[in-house]
Amino acid sequence: MKMKVALTGNEAVAQAMKQINPDVVAAYPITPQTEIVQFFSSFVANGQVDTEFVTVESEHSAMSATVGASAAGARAMTATSANGLALMWEVLYIAASNRLPIVMPVVNRALSAPINIHCDHSDSMGARDSGWIQLYSENAQEAYDNLIQAVKIAENPKVLLPVMVMMDGFIISHALENLEVIGDEDVKKFVGEYKPDYYLLNVKNPVTFGPLDLQDFYFEHKRQQAEAMENAKEVILEVGKEFGKISGRNYGFFEKYKLDDAEMAVVVMNSAAGTAKDVVDELRAQGKKAGLLKLRVFRPFPHKEIAEALKGVKAIGVMDRAETFSDFGGPMFAPIRAAMYDLNAGNTIVDYIYGLGGRDVVPQDIKKVFEDLEAIVNKGKYDKLVTYLGVRE
Amino acid sequence: MATLKELSKKEEILTGGHRLCAGCGHGITVRQVLSAVDDPVVVGVATGCLEVATTIYPYTAWKCSFIHNAFENAAATISGVEAAYRALKKKGKIKENIKFVAFGGDGGTYDIGLQSLSGAMERGHNMVYVCVDNGAYMNTGIQRSSATPMGADTTTSPAGKVIPGKQQYRKDLTAIMAEHHIPYVAQASPANWQDLYKKAKKAFEVDGPAFLNVMSPCPRGWRYNTPDIVKILKLAYETRYWPLYEVENGKWKLTYKPKKRVPVEEWLKLQGRFKHLFTDENRHLIDELQAEVDRRWEILLERCGEKE
Repeated sequence: MKMKVALTGNEAVAQAMKQINPDVVAAYPITPQTEIVQFFSSFVANGQVDTEFVTVESEHSAMSATVGASAAGARAMTATSANGLALMWEVLYIAASNRLPIVMPVVNRALSAPINIHCDHSDSMGARDSGWIQLYSENAQEAYDNLIQAVKIAENPKVLLPVMVMMDGFIISHALENLEVIGDEDVKKFVGEYKPDYYLLNVKNPVTFGPLDLQDFYFEHKRQQAEAMENAKEVILEVGKEFGKISGRNYGFFEKYKLDDAEMAVVVMNSAAGTAKDVVDELRAQGKKAGLLKLRVFRPFPHKEIAEALKGVKAIGVMDRAETFSDFGGPMFAPIRAAMYDLNAGNTIVDYIYGLGGRDVVPQDIKKVFEDLEAIVNKGKYDKLVTYLGVRE
Repeated sequence: MATLKELSKKEEILTGGHRLCAGCGHGITVRQVLSAVDDPVVVGVATGCLEVATTIYPYTAWKCSFIHNAFENAAATISGVEAAYRALKKKGKIKENIKFVAFGGDGGTYDIGLQSLSGAMERGHNMVYVCVDNGAYMNTGIQRSSATPMGADTTTSPAGKVIPGKQQYRKDLTAIMAEHHIPYVAQASPANWQDLYKKAKKAFEVDGPAFLNVMSPCPRGWRYNTPDIVKILKLAYETRYWPLYEVENGKWKLTYKPKKRVPVEEWLKLQGRFKHLFTDENRHLIDELQAEVDRRWEILLERCGEKE
């Protein structure tokens, strides 16, 4: 069963959480994620879910309690944004390293300081090496779809890793959108029942989580964790296909938009992809070979597939909504450039940092990117490796 | 109540073979507390000596399920485990009655974990939190905590030429927890095992959160002769430095009344960490500590309705 509805991003995510009906949710409110916690509280208060809702006193405790619940054998979720995610940082690693299949929506917001409640990706990008799978969503539909798939990806025995699902703060979280939701029963069947092999509440087979692990074993455990992340690639694709069967919407590592014969393309994540697609359409109407790659899966990083998809593109503009303060562009730039290295295909790759602290990115900004890329195609070289888009300097 | 003989026949949940130091209070305390549980138990432990000494992969000294998450979040972690238990029990996926207990040192409880503890207690989880209080960050090498006695020599409050050890009196965490108005709070000592056993029993039996603050000496940090641990523990409550009491549903009660007044000095002089106080120059600090012990004792007597 499918149904067309008008929901904000936060409503769509809360709706997905309701349908997933996790055993435990431990969460703390933070703008712009707050509504998710509020909606979910009302589901609990009205008996629409079976969840034990733990109203923790901080995000650090949100992730700590979620780790406890997941290790205990429950399907456990939380949600956060920005500084909340930063406060969880220590426990994010512990969740992943204990191989706990926790699922968490992250509503992207700029990290302090200065304090700013609007969108950029500095929060989730800061957690990119924490061992979590990261799925990014262009709109409310994708956020809803990704969250449901996340449960199945996380709990796959070959994976057993936590998953965070991103959507842009305010731009998506608070904007009303028409989307299609799946029936409760279909979601229930899709996510299935969580049956862990090892869990704290199994009194017949007690287990130890989080022992002291020194020089003799720690490295092997990290190697296993890396393998789980590698395994996640195949599982993400399988789950994406399976989800297509119940929703009609198929998911892979990324979306290629008019990319196959493109000479110039942007690589972009989340809501700005929508704006960029409009610009690509406009350029295509002018006969220009413009294209776009919208990355959905950032962890694991589908380096081979990205390289293959971008191989024939002469000029590539990576669009990063976060800074790394490395003097080498944003967090997507270096890995995409590195992914292209072995092909030796002569692509020129430059970076654009845009939209920090919720600064609007409008079609003119993206047109400027394509103008640069066109010049690179013509000249065969770039003028500027890293450009700050739409900033006064 | 069970006799010591009966208790000694009970299967140990924390077994031998762990690597806690000789003369450490943690092993004794944990075993006494867990001797009061009849149901299966899930134990959470904060980062610290107890954790590193009992679960060195691939070994464990615990017969029960065990989780160590981080330093400051044992309470939040066990609160999540307990929430999972309620959820799964409601769905019929878990049949057994299970108890939940978190252990943390004074670092993980008084200091870095205070917020996590306060949150978990306020939320009313059915769990017991036990602070094994050895009065400093012993696992990292004897740094001062807010539980360290005034005057003590630690590696971050060293007895120097200008500053003679820790400058502040200890935080009264037991009273802070009592002010959370949870069903059961108690301060105890493994040297009075009957008292600790009764308190642990009550803590596990109440419906809702319970907090036990248990003195658990550290031979390295306190610098005492290891066989003297029980003597030192006894002197701590005889001198009224560490009174034994409970707060049950808001009612404060002294559970042990010292028969005579023993100066705190008697407790101090067995411990190397206070050695520098026994000089002409620093002697006044002992008097000041005594005055503070007396002041807090009077407050406690009042709370317990022991004053005329």
